[in-house]
Amino acid sequence: MKSRGTVENLQSWLPKVKHSSLSGWSVFWVLLLLPAFVWAQDAATQAMSVEYRDIPWIGSRNLVWIVAQQHLLLAGFVLGVPIFAWICEIVGWRSKEPRYDKLAKEFTKLLTSAYATTALFGGILLFLLIGLYPKLMAYLSDVFFPSFIAYCILFLLETATLYIYWYGWDALQGNKKGLHIFLGFLLNLFALGIMIVPNSWATFQASPVVLGDGTAIERAWTAMQNPTWWPVNIHRLIANVVLGGFICGAYAGVRYLLAQTKEEKDHYDWMGYVGNFIGVFGMLPLPFAGYWLMREVYQYNQQMGITLMGGFLAWLFILQAMLIGVLFLGANYYFWMGIAYRIPGSAQSYKRPILAMLVVLMVCLGVWMTPHSLVASLAEAQLMGGTHHPLLGVFGVMSAKMTVSNLMILVTFMSFIMYWRAGKQETAAWAKVAKAVMGALLAIGGIAVVVLGVWGYFVPAIIRINYFSVAQVLIVLFIMVTFTPLTALLMKSAKTTTEMVWGQMPIRAGYALVLNAVMVILLMSLMGYARSSSRVHWHIYGVMRDTSEYAYSPALGYAAAFMSLNTFLFCLLVSFIFWVATMGDKVKKGPEQGQAAEDPTKISGGVTPAMAGGAPRVGEETLKI
Amino acid sequence: MKNPLAKAGILLVGMYVFLKFILPQFTAPLPASLIFLYLALTFAASTIFFTMSGAGLEDFMGPVGRFLTGEGQSGIAGTARILVFLVFPLLVGWQTYTKLAPSDAPPAENRTIHPAPPGEFVGLANPFPKTQDNIMMGKGLYAAFCSPCHGANFDGKGPAAPGFNPPPANFSDPGTIAQLQEAYLFWRIKKGGVGLPIEGMPWKSAMPRWEFELPDDWIWKIIMGEYDGAHQSPRTWEEEEEE
Ligand code: HEC
Repeated sequence: MKSRGTVENLQSWLPKVKHSSLSGWSVFWVLLLLPAFVWAQDAATQAMSVEYRDIPWIGSRNLVWIVAQQHLLLAGFVLGVPIFAWICEIVGWRSKEPRYDKLAKEFTKLLTSAYATTALFGGILLFLLIGLYPKLMAYLSDVFFPSFIAYCILFLLETATLYIYWYGWDALQGNKKGLHIFLGFLLNLFALGIMIVPNSWATFQASPVVLGDGTAIERAWTAMQNPTWWPVNIHRLIANVVLGGFICGAYAGVRYLLAQTKEEKDHYDWMGYVGNFIGVFGMLPLPFAGYWLMREVYQYNQQMGITLMGGFLAWLFILQAMLIGVLFLGANYYFWMGIAYRIPGSAQSYKRPILAMLVVLMVCLGVWMTPHSLVASLAEAQLMGGTHHPLLGVFGVMSAKMTVSNLMILVTFMSFIMYWRAGKQETAAWAKVAKAVMGALLAIGGIAVVVLGVWGYFVPAIIRINYFSVAQVLIVLFIMVTFTPLTALLMKSAKTTTEMVWGQMPIRAGYALVLNAVMVILLMSLMGYARSSSRVHWHIYGVMRDTSEYAYSPALGYAAAFMSLNTFLFCLLVSFIFWVATMGDKVKKGPEQGQAAEDPTKISGGVTPAMAGGAPRVGEETLKI
Repeated sequence: MKNPLAKAGILLVGMYVFLKFILPQFTAPLPASLIFLYLALTFAASTIFFTMSGAGLEDFMGPVGRFLTGEGQSGIAGTARILVFLVFPLLVGWQTYTKLAPSDAPPAENRTIHPAPPGEFVGLANPFPKTQDNIMMGKGLYAAFCSPCHGANFDGKGPAAPGFNPPPANFSDPGTIAQLQEAYLFWRIKKGGVGLPIEGMPWKSAMPRWEFELPDDWIWKIIMGEYDGAHQSPRTWEEEEEE
């Protein structure tokens, strides 16, 4: 038993313990052993004074690390999927296209099967935390107890809603569909609550606030509203959609590789496309959310900010850049392969624009991955005059990183626009003008982002952060917000020159989808480590010190090994869950699958041509001709 | 040159020559880690580009496959193939040996240049107003105490600089004091290299610990002079309404 707590720490938590859990114990002892009451209280106090317990061999911290990471990844999936499953369902409902409804149902199936495991890991995590970190948990329960209750209620509601949503899917069709959609809304509402309540516990650990006197509810509410709570909520919400999208994409990728029939191939090709699309579109705003979070961290406590961004955790952000880079490449590769394979005969004509995009992406990646202080041997460092390279060192600072990440987002967005327009010819009279305007906007926007980035070196940091970086983000957002509806309008009247064919993608497309999912999981494990180790030797930053034998930050290599292990375990877990969940499919394939892809080329645009893989109105056009 | 594989090869070699031999003509040589990174990116880019379509994949991977299986390779091509199969493992072996053989070169390091400061230095503000007098005094003190290392032009090229590794910081570089707050500088100057936390590798830094030589007031003024002389401004969180 490790209890090396300092005296202040003991004093800070002991009185609180007496009020809450100890009273339960006292009642128990009073009833049973009235005469030995004094002794009993001693024993109880002693039991409560255990600050840490350990697990042999693996160690308590490592065990909690693994279990918490698994739980969080599962939870991310379980809370991310309902968002787009629901949107997909609405799309199917508005466009009266059964394909979408079927896809939404398939998403929900994955969700339902992962739900129980998520809860299971949550339970294991809770037991481990109570057992291994009693001091911390006593403190947190004291602060947050009312929110525990709220969490339980939310969980009950979520579970009930999910059951009705899933099992009622077929029953609530037709004129009852509205009710089902409403259930989907509730599902997402409760899911949001389930995410943000525990977020407040974790963010309180990183950025605690002063708790005044007040009722238990008031205190819990004050603690919940800590400075990093909402930035983390938003960041996680978006990241969960990304995780969910890419995992569904990977699922489709694997099913595509295993597919035996044409129908299956068509369907899973399409599902893979939608999964990748969701992942990519979620990813586009993610850097902005991350930026906001880091700003809040810096403002809350510079020391923590520096530890993360400039101090010993800074290397994690180089790894992060690499992972995100691979992800961007993987997603774009998939888009480009989609053009080459799904739109026969187009491979040649798109070579040039693709090459241009690839070069821009690669240059951006090169800049992004160049660390500020380089890994160099003694001789190399002497030649450079330090670990900053005199020329390439300029790539190391924030201004450069922000610029290239904006450009990469822009390129990826254009990749998608190109995919959308592939195989179609605009017929509208104003098409030429519109295209010229878009081209000019893109050029001006791109140049402006670069100019701001370079200029950013010559202005004080605060001006750069408050105006330049914001302006860069706004430029990119502006382009996305204007191009999407404009392209949609253009495509509405466009003539399809080449029809999109599904089920033709090569094997490596399936692997690309799997790779993307693995990258996202690694990325989340990496940043999860960054988030929790930014507290360094504190359980609750500046309030409760970690006095266990594990109060040190593991070396980066060690941490990286754990991230990989966690990624591997999670992939195993998810594969197992999906395998079990779809075992039945192979038996009753026939009708359900067949109905899904009755006519794969019949992708009419309706409300969301973008999601349909950019081939709106194919069916209708061909019918008219 | 039609063959994509050859194109990719030429691109890679060209990139290597550029990074390793041409770029150093204009600036300092790049460390191996960076060259490796850029080459990896170039390789990834060419693989992506050439395998985008089915025909491309065949052009790109076909020769590799044929080379491995030995399909249709006889005469000189066949002999060359056998030679490669013999030489390649030897190359790998040699590479492994040179990596593992004991040497006196210290390992590549990843020193954290700007580690987090101790809590008591966070959030301090310069107590002196930014007047011409204060700046001039700071510059004078700087010239006396700091310029031998950090240079009269604030560029890290003082007469004593070549003696140190890592070298004295170049304050006109956007990556040094422009990234930092005045409070951070106050800490670095007062506590010096030995005051760095472990990830900053205190044993490597030659930056003196000034707390016994210079009173706090002087340090604050030096900071002011330093920023002014290097044409940088400290990092702040609120916008200042000065000038
Ligand atoms: C003996 C030579 C020497 C002298 C004299 C010296 N420094 Fe340094 N200083 C260094 C070296 C070497 C470094 C870089 C190593 C490091 O980061 O600790 C450095 C780093 C710094 C840094 C950190 C910059 C950064 O980006 O992290 C500051 C600030 C600094 N010096 C200020 C001063 C000031 C102000 C004086 C005069 C009072 C001074 N130095 C005198 C050698 C010196």
